[in-house]
Amino acid sequence: MPNRSSIFKTLLALVLLLVSGIAAAVPEIQHWRTANGVPVYFIPARELPMVDAQILFNAGSARDGDKPGLARLTNALLEEGAGAWSADDIADRLDRVGAQFSASSARDSAVISLRSLTDPRYLQPAVETVARLLKKPTFAPDVIDRVRQQMLTVLRERAQSPGAIAQDAFYQALYGEHPYGSPPEGATASLEALTQADIQNFHQRHYTAANARVALVGDLDRSAAEQLANALVSGLPAGEPIPPPPPVPEITSSQTVRLAHPSTQSHILIGQTGVSRADPDYYALYLGNHVLGGNGLVSQLSQEIREKRGLAYGAYSAFIPMRQTGPFLINLQTRNDQVDTALEVAQATLRQFTEQGPGEQALEEARQNITGGFALDLAGNRKLANYLGLIAFYHLPLDYLQNFVSLMNNISLEQVKDAWQRHIQPDRLITVVVGGGENAPDSSAQSLKKGS
Amino acid sequence: MLANRFVALVLWCAIANPTVVFAAASVHEFTLDNGMKVLVREDHRAPVVVSQVWYKVGSSYEPSSLTGISHLLEHLMFKGTPDAPGGEFSRLIAANGGDENAFTSRDYTAYFQTLEKERLELSFRLEADRMRHLLLKPEDIAKEAHVVAEERRLRTEDQPEALTHERFQAAAYVTSPYRNPIIGWMQDIQSISPDDLKRWYQQWYAPNNATLVVVGDVDPIQVRELAEKHFGPLPPSDLQPPKSAAEIPQLGERRITVKTPAEVPYVIMGYKAPTLKTATEEWEPYALDVLDGILDGGNSGRISRNLIRGSQVAAAAGTGYSPTDRLEGLFVLAGNPGPEHGSAELEQALRVEVAKLREALISPEELSRVVAQVIAADVYQQDSLFYQGMRLGILETVGLGWRKLDDYVQRIQAVTPEQVREVARKYLIDDQLTVAMLEPLPLEGRRAAMPGAAMGHAIR
Repeated sequence: MPNRSSIFKTLLALVLLLVSGIAAAVPEIQHWRTANGVPVYFIPARELPMVDAQILFNAGSARDGDKPGLARLTNALLEEGAGAWSADDIADRLDRVGAQFSASSARDSAVISLRSLTDPRYLQPAVETVARLLKKPTFAPDVIDRVRQQMLTVLRERAQSPGAIAQDAFYQALYGEHPYGSPPEGATASLEALTQADIQNFHQRHYTAANARVALVGDLDRSAAEQLANALVSGLPAGEPIPPPPPVPEITSSQTVRLAHPSTQSHILIGQTGVSRADPDYYALYLGNHVLGGNGLVSQLSQEIREKRGLAYGAYSAFIPMRQTGPFLINLQTRNDQVDTALEVAQATLRQFTEQGPGEQALEEARQNITGGFALDLAGNRKLANYLGLIAFYHLPLDYLQNFVSLMNNISLEQVKDAWQRHIQPDRLITVVVGGGENAPDSSAQSLKKGS
Repeated sequence: MLANRFVALVLWCAIANPTVVFAAASVHEFTLDNGMKVLVREDHRAPVVVSQVWYKVGSSYEPSSLTGISHLLEHLMFKGTPDAPGGEFSRLIAANGGDENAFTSRDYTAYFQTLEKERLELSFRLEADRMRHLLLKPEDIAKEAHVVAEERRLRTEDQPEALTHERFQAAAYVTSPYRNPIIGWMQDIQSISPDDLKRWYQQWYAPNNATLVVVGDVDPIQVRELAEKHFGPLPPSDLQPPKSAAEIPQLGERRITVKTPAEVPYVIMGYKAPTLKTATEEWEPYALDVLDGILDGGNSGRISRNLIRGSQVAAAAGTGYSPTDRLEGLFVLAGNPGPEHGSAELEQALRVEVAKLREALISPEELSRVVAQVIAADVYQQDSLFYQGMRLGILETVGLGWRKLDDYVQRIQAVTPEQVREVARKYLIDDQLTVAMLEPLPLEGRRAAMPGAAMGHAIR
């Protein structure tokens, strides 16, 4: 087999050349406001007789105030009773037309999703149901207690998961008293104390037209899409816009949190504050992160930790941009006795990357992965709906999808390096280690205090 | 299910029910001269293609001392050939804007790439290369065994419910290879030798043991030409079918307890159940599928209505049945008790729900709800190229043939309330039941003896 590897390389070169020439058809976003002023984002997709709808609210856990879990509980209760309908009625109404419904909430947003066939016999009952549960949830006391108990069970499940414990400790260490510091899942004492009035007030304040966005992808013409959006949100009260969460203070010193857990592996999170959605540096940071730890096995962190040393199954890094500054983090899990080695390798990889920047070839290959793979991100209604939801919630420009590839193509190596050096300080890191197994010192009592 | 991007995902649980229905004409099928089957489904919504290579091998093919060898080999498939050494495979796919991964299950091992449609040839070239020319270097094997051990710790050892599920499977089956975990027992992962792997690779990785599934914006004629060009020259193997390992009949209820540090109790119950492959009556798996929907098809299913919202004996609960298993399967019910209730009460409540299905007919409304959900899901699943390929690949690889998709909706629509009661009476009976209970130990306490954990230090 003479020289087959050179054929591979030739093929790669050819393919890379082809890439830049292909302008994938990126769907245009249609945008308007409903009669009561809710912004709507729509992409027609006529091939399959179905529609995906998202209604997004400024109603994530960043709005919990001093009641952690309030946003999540309110969101979870929407499908548990509305008007004269019980939870059983709502479930029946949605299931018997094959509709798929979900309610979720994170730190910034709360999202209601509906997937339905577009045949009006299926779509109409589903839309009517969703519109009513947004507008008139009953929040009956016995139902509140039941869902509260389910959330308390979730907290107990998180307490048995070293990964979940590490996440919570990381956000708390990074954000402290900032609203992003507490987990969307809430906390036991707070959940136990939440009242019906708390929930009603939260709903009235946040589930309003002024705080809503609608994203639609599916087999609809413009007028059908307009009708659908109106039907979903026209019952919402006008409301007042919610101001953004407060700015996030930068961390001033390194801190290490070690929590004992009887697990065979330790879960490690290393990071610091990253960027907000609105920060123009996000794109250069994202591109660079693809080289460091955002591109699967090819990334430097995977190479150093998994491929060269066999220390972990997964090792990655990510920026999680939010309304205000979201985190930058590195995540991995390794056998308890390998923690020190893994920490050293991860920190050294980050330090070297920040100081020296990505190599020219590595950056070009990461860029090719992002731009050449962009069509993959848009293939399918659900994927489009998720993009649209993101654009709607964070007020990204309507031509975001059209411009994404050229935006990525126009970021230079120097810009990547510069953005990383301005945003990431490898000598100021939050490090969380959860694990240690049977012999771990129980450091939980003092672990969350600031250390050096 | 495929949320993370790391290579070598393991499918732990039964796959969801197959509910995609295509018109027969929309799948193009052909077989290369060396016996490799190719299935092409056109989907021109976006300029993208998914290419999947499915091998008829998985944990249910493994002898008991080599558990996990199919999954370990799947990891090693990313470690290079003479022409694409080291991590070149992943690097090339990534640099071409591609997404790739692989997964191992009990009955199959599959590799896939998603690419911009013009780059399909890259996938074929690389997959054909590693089908016959894998290097399997001892140093790579040793390192990858560490990675898989970490994967096992992440997904099983430190996850109380996954650990319980693993022990549940091991208790439910005596002779069937379904008793072994897909990822393998820790001591096997650590003792599989390079020679074992070479033999396993030579035995199963051949064009006549593989199915190529392509879904996307492609022309079937061009796909055929490319497949012939790259996979066509590969020599076939003399395949020996796996030794049959039928489960011996169960002679009464089995119960186990799993004690491990945890907070939340967990109950898992499984009744032996036929699959499309093993059923003597062809309609039975469809009736079991409907029964599954009656109990747990959305929030209006009986489990949600009666146990989560009604008596609140369950904080969370659900059922699972996989009609596409190659060997005799299980109808599974599982859940966490509500805070005021214990595991025994939840078990009792689940048994009552099963008993109701044996005693009374389901209502026409319940049946029509399940049918509506199947019809709708049939459309929704066509939104994902990957999932469309997955359905074809599973059916072909377990030996049912992809055409089983054609009449799936009709077969579900044909199920009667009497048939649902009949399968409940025949299969969901105490003597065919296995029950496992997770009994939480204090998190700050010592773990019960865990050979896997102790072995963790012995790998190198």
